[in-house]
This record gives sequence, C-alpha cells and structure tokens, in this order.
Amino acid sequence: MANPISLSVTAAAIGTTRAELSGPRGARPKRAISPRNVFIYGTLLLVSVYYLLPLYVMIVTSLKGMPEIRLGNIFAPPVEVTFEPWVKAWATACTGLNCEGLSRGFWNSVRITVPSVVLSIAIASVNGYALANWRFKGADFFFTVLIFGAFIPYQVMLYPIVILLRELGLFGSLWGLVLVHSIFGMPILTLLFRNYFTSVPEELFKAARVDGAGFWGIYFKIMLPMSLPIFVVAMIIQITGVWNDFLFGVVYTKPDVYPMTVQLNNIVNSVQGVKEYNVNMAATIITGLVPLIVYFVSGKLFVRGIAAGAVKG
Amino acid sequence: MASERPNRLYRNLTAKIAAIPMILTAVCVFLGGTAWTVVYSFTNSKLLPRAKFVGLDQYERLWGTHRWVVSIENLMIYGICSLVLSLVIGFVLAALMDQKIRFENTFRTIILYPFALSFIVTGLVWQWLLNPDLGLQSVVRSAGWVSFNFDPLYNADIVIFGVLIAGIWQGSGLIMVLMLAGLRGIDESIWKAARVDGIPLWKTYVFIVIPMLRPVFITTLVLITSGIVRLYDLIVAQTSGGPGIASEVPAKYVYDYMFQGQNLGQGFAASTMMLLAVLIVIIPWAYLEFGGKKRG
Repeated sequence: MANPISLSVTAAAIGTTRAELSGPRGARPKRAISPRNVFIYGTLLLVSVYYLLPLYVMIVTSLKGMPEIRLGNIFAPPVEVTFEPWVKAWATACTGLNCEGLSRGFWNSVRITVPSVVLSIAIASVNGYALANWRFKGADFFFTVLIFGAFIPYQVMLYPIVILLRELGLFGSLWGLVLVHSIFGMPILTLLFRNYFTSVPEELFKAARVDGAGFWGIYFKIMLPMSLPIFVVAMIIQITGVWNDFLFGVVYTKPDVYPMTVQLNNIVNSVQGVKEYNVNMAATIITGLVPLIVYFVSGKLFVRGIAAGAVKG
Repeated sequence: MASERPNRLYRNLTAKIAAIPMILTAVCVFLGGTAWTVVYSFTNSKLLPRAKFVGLDQYERLWGTHRWVVSIENLMIYGICSLVLSLVIGFVLAALMDQKIRFENTFRTIILYPFALSFIVTGLVWQWLLNPDLGLQSVVRSAGWVSFNFDPLYNADIVIFGVLIAGIWQGSGLIMVLMLAGLRGIDESIWKAARVDGIPLWKTYVFIVIPMLRPVFITTLVLITSGIVRLYDLIVAQTSGGPGIASEVPAKYVYDYMFQGQNLGQGFAASTMMLLAVLIVIIPWAYLEFGGKKRG
C-alpha cells in the first residue's frame, strides 16, 4: 500500500484537476505504523542483516590486527584500524613458493576477462543476429543444442575440451581459457541477443535490405548502434561470470596464469603457515571487488541480465 | 551475395559463415564432447584416454566407492534443502517486496548483492564466520550462552548444512528477483477480485497466485537444479570436502579423479551420472515448455 503522504498528494492533485469530484476518494489511508507494516519492514530488515553481515565481517576483520582478532569478537569494529592486511594481501601474500600477493592473480584475471568479454560478445551478437534476421535451414537445431548445452554439467565436457585445447596448442595458456569462456558464454549470450534482435521492427531490416545493405552492413550500421543497452547487459553477465569462474581457471591454466579466484583459494586454504585471517579477508574482499563494483554501478541492468537467463527461448 | 541462386547451400551464405562458431560449439563441443565422455566412460582409461572397452566396470566401481555414495547423499540433502529453502525464501521475500513498500531498491540491492560474488568468495567468508574458535560460535558463547554449539564445518554430521547456509546466502537473491518479476506480471484485477470476494491474503497467494506462477516456479526449479548439480567451487573454498570426506560432492569427485587421481575412466563415469541427473529434470521440462501440445 502507498504511504499516507503520497496518497494525500495524489488526492490533492485529483482535487485540483477535477473540482467537481468532491469528498475523499481512493483507498482509505493507512497508518504508517500498522502491525502489517511492522511485520513487513521488520522481516525485511532482519533479512537484510543476514545478507549484510558477511560483508560487514569481511571488512572489519580485514582492518584489524591479528592479536585483536584472536582476542576479540568478529562483529566488533576494529579498535585500531590498520591497512596492513590489505597491503600484504595485494603485494606479499604467498601461494606455495610464490610471494607476489594477489596482484598477479588480479592482472591475470584482467587479461583473461577483457578478451573473453570482447570475443564472446562479438561471437554471440553475430549469432543472435543471424538467428533473428537471417534464418537459415537448420539454425533452430543448432540453437536448441546450444541452449541445452547451457544445462549440461560442465564436468561432462571438461576432458574433451582439454584434448581440443591440446590439439590447438592452447592448453595451459591464457588464450585457451579465453576460448573456453567464449564457448560457455555462448548459450546465454546468444539467447539474449537473439531475443533482443527479434524485437527490432522488421520494417527497419527490410528497408535496409531494399537500400542494398548486406549482412554485415545491416549489423554494423543498424543493429549495433540500436542495441547498446543489450551490449551493456551482456558485458555485465560476462564480466561477473568470467571473473567469478573457478573451475575453468583451475582446469585449463597453469599456476603462473591462474586467475584471481584460484589464487585466492590457494592463499586462504593453504595448509602451511599460520592462518592470518585479516589478510585472508582482505584478499577475499579484493577478489570480490570487481563484480561488486559492476553490480552496484549497473543496478537495474544487472537485474535485467540475470532475468534474461531465466527467460525461455 | 550473388545475384543468381545456384544452390540452396549458398543461400544466406554470409549468415551461415557467421554462424560457424555457434555451429562448431553446438556440434563439436556440446554434442561431440558429451558423446565422447559418455563413450569413454565405458573404457578403462587411466592416465590417458584409451579406447579399451570394459562395459559397465567403471560404473560398478563408482557405486562401490564409499566416497561417491557419500557425494551423492550430500548432493541429495543439499539439493532438496536448497531447492525448498530457496524457493520458499525467494517467494516470501518477493511477496514482501511486492507490497508497494518504500526503499524497495535498497532492499533488493542488499538481498541480491551476494549473487554478484563468486562461490569462492562466498565459501571463504562463511568459512570464517563459522570458524568455531573465533566466529559465530565463540561470539554467542562469550555473550553468556556457554554451551552453545554450532560448528558445522568441523562436524561431519552437519557440515553440509554449513555449506547450505552459504549457498542460500549467495543464491536466494536471484530467486527473489525472478519471483518478483513473476508477481509483477500478475494482473491487478486478480488481486481486486480476490479482495472483493473476501478471500484472505494468504489464501489468495496459495490458491490463486502460486498456481498462476507455475511457469516461473518451473523455470526457477530447472535453474536451481542445474546449478546444484554443478556445486563445486563452494565446497572447495569452504570445506575442501572435509572433515574427512563428509562434504564431498559429485563434481569434486569428477575433478579429483580426472585431474589428480589420474583415473579418467572413473571421472567419465561419474560425470555421465551427473549428466543423467540433469537430464531427468531437463527432459520433462523441455517437453512441457517447448514440445507437446499446448496446455489447456
């Protein structure tokens, strides 16, 4: 139910425009503090605490020194704020013999994510365009296989792809992983682009055809400029997806090109050495920072992106 | 494009060429790769794939392995709990958010943000929160409840529920968003009609709205299921399968046998079983959604 203030505003607006309708109209205004509201907001606030708590604990832990962590409680804010764990996590934390910190994993992830996003979106947008506007015989079959592929457990395809990458000479390299991400990003992105391009008015496409534009001409001059929002949605899906990937990173790359998630897990779950919880939490936040920034900046577009995954073809 | 049309194959040629990556992916990787794995699951491949067929040996070994049975049990417990909880939590939250509340965007942002994080980050955070000596348990104990006992990550009996808490935290926001989109699609007149007829709110939800949201529920169900079967990163980060083998899952079994145990055949057989599990859910769904006749 709308709150009383906005209700009275709308009532006033109605009153001025339609003077002949007198007397109170619309739903009966509700009190702001009703048992119903207390229940709704109470529940949502409680739920919000559950969702926010881990983030809060991550941040406060990463700002404490180890002695304080051992003695205190994990929910307490730091008595003495220190950024040392962040510096250590970024620059000197060890995985095995390597002590360069997370920075290496971070740059690996950047070098993996950027080409993966570009390549997969380029492929998927052309696929979607061909499926939506240049339907050819058999296209539906390939598309159906592609969509089903999105549900097949990755584990089934792990080893055949190892063989494939070995044949191509890409196994263990960054580019091999880029290719894998492009392959597994294809179903959802192709679906996204196909659905979007299908909604573009056909007259536009036909007019361009009459004017002599071909496959690529229409794609670059008409479809691409018209569909920037959907490209942004696709970028959001891919950036978070590729950045957060762990399985492909651990299977298809070697230690020196491990993406950030793999390196993070190796740092935190290493068995040797004393556990430094503050460094671990700083490292965890740093790894989560990129998708979190994408999430908070993109807002509604992020929601649109994940909803696209649930829309049936 | 050529002005004459000599052959059907050359019609739409550019489009076909442009679709080659998709065709290759669909046929070579998805179809071919899956078939390859299924075929090689009947061989006794060890370090390298070898085409020496041994029938169902790998499957017999698989089901005779204690670790695999534990993995399947864990996946069942995790799967059923996660399915029920995320559907219930997701729906209740969506219903609450649908009451024309203020700060809807803020609440949605808060509930959905864990979904942007990776399972590795999720697992590590909850590993820390559930740390028995310094985490939640110690806080409650030092607050006065000395006998409070909650150490799922160190207790083989309940470790999978420790993972479940983290999994729900990460994934329920997505379900809420999908459910909310479904609820927003329900016509205002339905609510009005139910109110005019004096049907209590909860009855409206249970007997009118939920049946109307059936497609949303089914789609969500399929999404959650295919996600559950893949459960891997979270386990690796949060428990590494421990204590002992108490929180092993099939996806981890596959990885360990394929890439560490050098027992490819076992890995192939296990992944084929995973495929089977997904197909059992997907095929009826696909039949309902795309195939068959229109539902009345």
